[in-house]
Amino acid sequence: MSYRSDDVPVTPDSVLLVIPAHNEGPNIERVVAEARLTHPDYDILVVDDGSDDKTAEKARRAGAMVLPLCYNLGIGGAVRAGYKFGSRHGYPIVARIDGDGQHDPRLLGNMVEMVRSGQADMVIGSRHMNGRGYVPSAVHWIGIRFFASLVSLVTGQRFTDTTSGFLVVNQACCAFLARYLPADYPEIEGLIKARKAGYSISEVPVVMRPRLDGQSSIGTWNAIYYVFKVTLAILVSASRQQEDFGCRK
Amino acid sequence: MSQVEVIALGATLGLLALVIVLIRRSRLEEGYSLLWMLAGIVLVLLAAWRGLLRIISDGLGIFYPPTALFVVGFGFVILILLQFSVVISRLSRENVDLVHRIALLEWKLDQVTRSDEQPGQGPAPCDPDMPPAHPNEDAGND
Repeated sequence: MSYRSDDVPVTPDSVLLVIPAHNEGPNIERVVAEARLTHPDYDILVVDDGSDDKTAEKARRAGAMVLPLCYNLGIGGAVRAGYKFGSRHGYPIVARIDGDGQHDPRLLGNMVEMVRSGQADMVIGSRHMNGRGYVPSAVHWIGIRFFASLVSLVTGQRFTDTTSGFLVVNQACCAFLARYLPADYPEIEGLIKARKAGYSISEVPVVMRPRLDGQSSIGTWNAIYYVFKVTLAILVSASRQQEDFGCRK
Repeated sequence: MSQVEVIALGATLGLLALVIVLIRRSRLEEGYSLLWMLAGIVLVLLAAWRGLLRIISDGLGIFYPPTALFVVGFGFVILILLQFSVVISRLSRENVDLVHRIALLEWKLDQVTRSDEQPGQGPAPCDPDMPPAHPNEDAGND
């Protein structure tokens, strides 16, 4: 599938900002408006992950492009759709923030600059690098440490925040993730796969804000499934060879 | 023949016949029928041929030979369920790709429709200077 190049005028300086959103009606307008205000030069793409509310309409009204998924795929499926969009239109840089207002778009400028200057293929905003602003519960803290250690062990690089949805990638890494990002709980797996395929990844400290409104997506049963699924995925990725990803290096 | 043998033979023959009928009527794809055919044939053989069943039950240390029939049948059930999981995994992966493709096409269609409605004004979906659109502006497109 290919598009006419004038669909979206993409230049070497273009940045695509992907915002996955599932029933973020109360927040999405503010999130899009804030992103447009801070970065008027970014193209903003809201991936509406099969919302029941007016997320798509509100995002469109706030001035974003909207990619409507016909039913709910989960965060990974939504983000991957955004990466496919970015990859097909040839965006040199694709950023991603959450649709609930946790991520301050003002922090993106520095991350985008790091990717643009070639310091890293992927830059992740980490909540836990300087320990300010975000205080997890005890159980959550154990989970964060567990996965951070496991990922560090598997990739041979130290990571502090493996579940951050606040990240910027370059074109090659975007194309890779458009292909290999899993449908649910994608952050850790995406990180490991990209690392194993030879993409360089850096973390920068960020302060995240509380959600604007509504509930977070992870409950108790989901948390148990999360731990099981992601641990398994890490072990599977660890046992795979680099060639399995059609890697570039 | 004992009563249990008659029932076992009847049931396994019935299963095999059902599988064949479903394939003939194209209700069951050949690719997915392979394990079912194999299960049917092996079970009919075991039900009809006492000697073979006895060899298997002796080999497995089973005292009551018909139990071996259930063991073999259960093995097939596990295999077939595993095949289902593999197929379902593939289907859901393909399904996600379809949803993505539809979304990208829908977006594209929306662009084309808009630029047709406003000739001379190319699509500027995220023009920073553009004031937020009026809520009713999109009504005609949906």
